[in-house]
Amino acid sequence: MQVGEKAGLKPAKPLRDVFGEALLELCRDNPRVVVLDGDLSNTTKTAAVRHEFPERFFNIGLAECNMVSIGAGLADCGFIPFITSMSAFLLCIAYDPLRISIAIAGLNVKVVGSHGGITLGKDGPTAMAIEDFALMGGLPTFVIVVPSDPASMHKAVHATAEHVGPVYLRSSRTAMPHIYPENHCPFEIGKANVVRQGRDLTIIGCGLMVAAALDAAAMLAEEGIEARVLDMHTLRPMDTEAIAAAARETGTIVTAEEHLLHGGMGSNIARVVAATHPVPMHFVGLANTYTESGEPYALLEKYGLTAQDIVVAAHEAVAAKG
Amino acid sequence: MREMLTQAMDLQALKEKARSLRLDTLEITTHARSGHPSSCFSSVEMVTALYFGGILRYRSDDPHWPERDRFIMSKGHAAPLLYAALAHAGYFDREELWRLRQINSPVEGHPVQDRLPGIETTTGSLGKGLSVGLGHVLGGRLNKLNYRVYVLLGDGECEEGQIWEAAMAAAHFKADNLIAIVDYNKYQETGPISREMALEPFAEKWRAFGWHVEEVDGHDIQALIEKLKAVQEVKGQPSVIIAHTIKGKGVSFVEADYTFHGRALTPEQAERAREEILCK
Repeated sequence: MQVGEKAGLKPAKPLRDVFGEALLELCRDNPRVVVLDGDLSNTTKTAAVRHEFPERFFNIGLAECNMVSIGAGLADCGFIPFITSMSAFLLCIAYDPLRISIAIAGLNVKVVGSHGGITLGKDGPTAMAIEDFALMGGLPTFVIVVPSDPASMHKAVHATAEHVGPVYLRSSRTAMPHIYPENHCPFEIGKANVVRQGRDLTIIGCGLMVAAALDAAAMLAEEGIEARVLDMHTLRPMDTEAIAAAARETGTIVTAEEHLLHGGMGSNIARVVAATHPVPMHFVGLANTYTESGEPYALLEKYGLTAQDIVVAAHEAVAAKG
Repeated sequence: MREMLTQAMDLQALKEKARSLRLDTLEITTHARSGHPSSCFSSVEMVTALYFGGILRYRSDDPHWPERDRFIMSKGHAAPLLYAALAHAGYFDREELWRLRQINSPVEGHPVQDRLPGIETTTGSLGKGLSVGLGHVLGGRLNKLNYRVYVLLGDGECEEGQIWEAAMAAAHFKADNLIAIVDYNKYQETGPISREMALEPFAEKWRAFGWHVEEVDGHDIQALIEKLKAVQEVKGQPSVIIAHTIKGKGVSFVEADYTFHGRALTPEQAERAREEILCK
């Protein structure tokens, strides 16, 4: 089964393709945007920018640290650098320059990590970014944005450029089905979208897990359980109002993310819930493990990131309401 | 406009300026009771030549002037020297220097971008400055500006891999307005570089990476200025000036003891150091 099929969502092209299109549009609109590449433009889908705007595209080669600090220098010159590579390599190799050259002074640099999560599949655990939310969470000036479908990726790329300050944007190899009508996605940094109304519990997802949450909500509806679903497309600043309202109005929360539970979206939502309106919570994500090579959907199943896993968590969450 | 300051001083005035910077660095690290005075002392003449020897073009009352030459203190632990130079160049009041390493002060232990005017980039984790400088070069090209970018590197810092990533890329991009200056004082924190992690053959490494290389006595201000002017004529490749220096230069007992890295002088030691600096 495809993610989103149960909820009746239309399939879409891979999210990285959408990112590439949105970035090209942005470069056409804004002459201050420059793109830095770690020799992965065919993978991250920035190659079209290289072709159309060669003077604003820099392949820095396989030197992620150098690329990040060069980006800082370009930002100092008034440009809006989009630093692009595979997330696992970019963040893990270049964490120190991200912190020193960009984060501490809060420079206007955009970091795009492609191949977030485990659904890149066959390249295996070395290429999978399952810790990017936690890593970027450790750089306190960064906004963290996680689009969930083509329309939200388009909006996110433009919002990322408009925001003055450092932003991390997660892109993915996988195809995320359409959550929103094309070009009709509300997108405000720091404001979660309610994509399904419900009173019995709230499922909060990001990225691919928004579609999985809608699948789960469709399955729960067949049992008479009505789930509210939130697309938490910004992990920082986090929409504390939407989280507190979900806790208050639905009484229990399930979170779902293609990321480690430790230091991920769910644990940060739990902080907000504990401080505003404590309610029972359950968490769907990767529990202290690296995964393996495989077909994307088979990996989601084996490591507990499917709609069925969300349904199980939802049952426990609803039961815990008492 | 304080651009007058970018006019070169004569050699005697430059020597006096170097003495002032060395003294201020001593006083403020002693006052803070922490810092890296010996790493500052070895770089004093280079920084003097750049800011006061007619090399850097800058406007201290307009620190973000787009056409300014950039100076990046990549060896961030020499922050006290950078701050002293910026204060003497008119970027901010010299009294600020005595707030070094104090709470509620912008005079951080290592430079943080824009906390004080004139700090071009954050440094303090080593190895970042040359890459940031290259970013300024590429940005300058897009902005059609002709400034130069000077980056002061530590010798121990050149053990960082990112330095060589930047070196490779700068040659690739033919960044002939990027000038690295290495403070080659031959010591890193733990001991002699030759013993801890040998850099030699150092000049050959830079040449192999595609750089034009000059070597100079890093305490001879006139020779430094000549080299800094000479490399302005190099076309098609970046330049590095390997400046042979003495760690702790100017204070005999600091020169003789590399363990002064990362350690301020006691008030008693500072008294002796002050006398030596004033007498030379």
